[in-house]
Formats: sequence, C-alpha cells, structure tokens
Amino acid sequence: MGEVALEPIETTIEIGDMPILIRTDSPEFVHVLVHRYGGFVNAAAKPLFEFNVEIVPPGKITDEEDVSLSFAEGRWVLERSDFHAEWSAASGSGTIRQAASPYAIDSAMRILHSLLLARQGGLLVHAASAVRNGRAFLFAGVSGAGKTTMVRLAPPDVTLLTDEISYLRMTANGYTAFGTPFAGELARAGANVSAPLAALYLLAKGGENRIEAVNETDAVRGVLESVLFFAKDPELVGKVFESACELVRQVPVERLTFVPDARVWGMIG
Amino acid sequence: MSPLYIARSKSVAARMLGGEMMIMSARDSTLFDLNDTASAIWRAADGATPLHEIVKRVLCAEFDVAPEAALQDTEEFVKELAGHGILLVSEEPISQEAK
Repeated sequence: MGEVALEPIETTIEIGDMPILIRTDSPEFVHVLVHRYGGFVNAAAKPLFEFNVEIVPPGKITDEEDVSLSFAEGRWVLERSDFHAEWSAASGSGTIRQAASPYAIDSAMRILHSLLLARQGGLLVHAASAVRNGRAFLFAGVSGAGKTTMVRLAPPDVTLLTDEISYLRMTANGYTAFGTPFAGELARAGANVSAPLAALYLLAKGGENRIEAVNETDAVRGVLESVLFFAKDPELVGKVFESACELVRQVPVERLTFVPDARVWGMIG
Repeated sequence: MSPLYIARSKSVAARMLGGEMMIMSARDSTLFDLNDTASAIWRAADGATPLHEIVKRVLCAEFDVAPEAALQDTEEFVKELAGHGILLVSEEPISQEAK
C-alpha cells in the first residue's frame, strides 16, 4: 500500500498589515506557527507573499553559522546553519527548508519583513514599543539599554507592541507603529494593534529621569544604529537611510535617561 | 606626479542634515558626517575635475587655506573615504559608468 499524501496546510500570519502565507504538510509545524504567532494568524487575509516550507529532521542544513543574505538573478537567498530560504520578490513566493522549530521561521520572517518594509519607507527597529492614550512610543537602544526594563515598568493602561523588534510603516497618518510577535527577554508577543508614532526615545540609564533634545544628525545616527537591516543592496540601503531621515523629520526623537523604576512612565504619553 | 580624480560612489546614500552632510555606505553601512570643507569636496567630486583643481577652486577660495597643506590633507581624506567605498579615486578621469 502506498503512502497517503498529506494535504498542505496553509497558515497566514499578518504582521504590520502584511500577510504572509506559510504552506506546509507538517501538522507539527502548523502547531509551532500557531503557538508562536497566535494573535497574528489571520486566515481571512489575502497574502502578499507565500512560502512553501519543507520540514526536515533537526540538524545542520547549511554551513553558514551566521545569517547570510544574498541576492542574485532575481532571487534572495537567506541561510543559516538551521535553515535555507529563497524567494523571488517579483513573484511574491519562495521556499524554506528547516526543522519544525520556531527559530528558523522567525529569522526568515524578520528579514523578509525588513526587505518589504524598506521598499515602502518603513523600518524594523531593535526597540521596544507601546501604546498609551492612543499614541505609540518607541524605546530604542542596544542590548542592556533598558528596552525590556521600560516594558516591565509599564503601568496597566499601556499596551505592549513589542519588547524587542518594533515595526514602523508610513501610513496616511504618518509613521505608525504596529505590534509584532517578535519577542525578546519577556518571551511574550506584542498586541496585534497599531497607533500613530508620537515619539522615539533613545534610551540611556542614569541617576535621574530626564528627556533631552537630540540634534538631527545624532537622531538619524541613533535610529540607524537600531535599524535591523541585513541586505547590502545599494538601492535598499539608500531607502533605509532615507526612511530614517524622514522619520527624524516627522517624529520627535529624544534621549530618555531613566532610573529603572515606574516613575519614568510619568513622563511618557 | 599624476593628478588624482575623485567621484562620488553610487553605492552610498547621502543627505544634508542640520548643516552637515551625512553619508551611509551601502557596502558596510558605515555612517559618516562630513563638515563644511569635506562636504564641499564631496559635492565637487565629479570624476572629471582633478583633485588639485578642486582644492584650489573650492577649498582655497571658500575656506582661505594654503593650497599645499590643503591638498595633502584632502588626499588623506579622500583615500579614507575610498577605503569605505564612498568615493572612487583614480589617476585618470572617472566615467559615469564606473561610479
């Protein structure tokens, strides 16, 4: 008796209003996806992008220890030791070969979103973000600068968008921050909501709470130091640079020095 | 000694911010802030004008500096930017295609 072919299962994950369809014949992987991206699964959304995911046994798939991203002959190739992904931006489709773990798909999703956003004037930023009183606030900084601390100190009226990777898009209302499932130390997905970005704070820990103006050049530098972008494509790098400049032109960028206690939120929102 | 020619690379993004030119290299994402004199050299880097002419015409005229010292400093500066792929430097004029 021959093997019974499994019907592919489709799961659409919508982050930042950009739905990406994942097609796989592994029920185990679908379980991983739903667990990882629960609040961002939207079966009704019309996908902008489609991936066929081939699930293979755990183990080394490529020789690339670090993430490697390249573009040739119309196809992006993204590799790390635990996965191989490639896609065509023109056709809006691609393939991923990986084990049924959330880490590989998470890397592929982050990088794909960073590329999609770059073309639209948006940015993925290594930053926490949250909504208060209908406005979004973003807290950027290197590891240890206080992103997770700010989120942990947030009062109950604050809605977490992310403690790790913030998602900014240009919309009719200006720059808008979206919730993401990309979690950091908190290991908790953000809420699937969005709000106009009211301010971007460059974080620093200090002996008192204060907010200081940052000149335009330092603001752009601060934003770009936190932007997640891996491609060396000159056109896209140029777009990311222009987006950072435009963000600084439209949204107040300030330095937030804070003592790690809840009083800092008295200055936000 | 052959004259040097300099041209702005196409693999960069640049924008004037707060009176300074900020440049980002697409090759390694390095950021550079150029002051007034450096910005003037950047803008004049057309691939066709010899560097000593740029120094004489732009720096000496606009910033009141001595030509020999200015040329020496400028050569070091353009070689540093060339190392990051921001400027192209050649002993011959640089065509549009080469940028």
